[in-house]
Amino acid sequence: MNVADSSPAPAMNNLLASNADSQRTLYPYVTGTSVVGIKYKDGILLAADMGGSYGSTLRYKTVERLKSVGKHSIIGASGEISDFQEIMRYLDELILYDNMWDDGNSLGPKEVHNYLTRVMYNRRNKFNPLWNSLVLGGVKNGQKYLGTVNMIGVHYEDDHVATGFGNHLARPILRDEWHENLTFEEGVKLLEKCMRVLLYRDRSAVNKLQIARITQDGVKVFPPYSLKTFWNFNAFQNPTVGAEGSW
Amino acid sequence: MDVSSGDVNGPHSMGTTIIGVTYDGGVVLGADSRTSTGMYVANRASDKITQLTDNVYVCRSGSAADSQIVSDYVRYFLHQHTIQLGQPSTVKVAANLVRLLSYSNKNMLQTGLIVGGWDKYEGGKIYGIPLGGTVLELPFTIGGSGSSYLYGFFDQAWKEGMTREEAEQLVVKAVSLAIARDGASGGVVRTVTINKDGVTRKFYAGDTLPLWHEELEPQNSLLDTLSAASPEPMIS
Repeated sequence: MNVADSSPAPAMNNLLASNADSQRTLYPYVTGTSVVGIKYKDGILLAADMGGSYGSTLRYKTVERLKSVGKHSIIGASGEISDFQEIMRYLDELILYDNMWDDGNSLGPKEVHNYLTRVMYNRRNKFNPLWNSLVLGGVKNGQKYLGTVNMIGVHYEDDHVATGFGNHLARPILRDEWHENLTFEEGVKLLEKCMRVLLYRDRSAVNKLQIARITQDGVKVFPPYSLKTFWNFNAFQNPTVGAEGSW
Repeated sequence: MDVSSGDVNGPHSMGTTIIGVTYDGGVVLGADSRTSTGMYVANRASDKITQLTDNVYVCRSGSAADSQIVSDYVRYFLHQHTIQLGQPSTVKVAANLVRLLSYSNKNMLQTGLIVGGWDKYEGGKIYGIPLGGTVLELPFTIGGSGSSYLYGFFDQAWKEGMTREEAEQLVVKAVSLAIARDGASGGVVRTVTINKDGVTRKFYAGDTLPLWHEELEPQNSLLDTLSAASPEPMIS
């Protein structure tokens, strides 16, 4: 192999290291953790905690990561919060333009999800991603829709979706316990079960969460609340008795 | 599929909060109970306050493996020392043994330790042994990743000549504050109090700890609030 081939030609160099570098999102700063979403009898339920972590510091504890989009959709975001705020600006503009047509038609969740997918994927192709994983759910004309899309453009829909750690900790629970026609109460209890596990096992989880619901009749984002946690197992009291030095 | 879903095979590290405080008559050692591998909490109820002898304990932080092996060696050496001496070893000897290992292996070890105990010669003593193997005998010391959030707190709240109860409450409050802000600390607060009468272990869990800024009273479910009253919907 010719040694001269090992370094790129000057023309290539510009493409690899240009002024545009200063615009790239290389790593996230303030991040939100998992979002979990399920379909239930009357529509969609989303859950997410209200944490905004700054590295390993739990910096902000009242960040709203669940928002409504138009009349028919709700979105939940994990990842960089500033990028989520930018996405909300895009979505609000999308809905505004849709309303300006004044033609009686309004964007449904499937269309919004598709729009988001295009936005995320195109940014990824320019090496300047919006550093988020999103859950998009909604109901239109009685039809329920629940999908997800992330920073590299991977997107799919399912009866239950999650982002981040939720994929590893919540979805196995949902695979076992989700079924068609969950009532609102059953759905909330199921989401709370998932959120509690995430609170125990995800370092960036914070004990303050919100649940959002969308049905044919509209959106409701419930007020923030905290979950009880359980620590009074015998095994937790004196775990190293007889095995000093272990943990 | 998610890009940043955590590294479950990463080295076990105790991003931690550990504290050692002297009071009039003994010492109080405190720690959180979270052990993480990357972003996953491998153990939510760990015991980071490890016994070296009947009267000397050590708080471990940093690499779980490194801190365990160091305390295992020191326990072994102290045991032999006690047999030869014919009486309980002093806290100072325990701290020095830790120093010998931490200092001579400084390039390879990543563990910060707090040695605390009571002996009949010096009473209650705390020794801080951070990375590198420095030994400092101190009235109190803090360590681990969560300690960053406690420097201001201790600057204000620490005072000489506290009672046992005051010291214990201070330690529990401090670990609880650190847990509130450090993602690498969490779980329960464990304390070990050592004085002339012996050793007492305590355990403070979730709801027994105070609530801090932006933290809400825990409840069983959203459904409890809904049946109690009709909440105002939040519309963005």
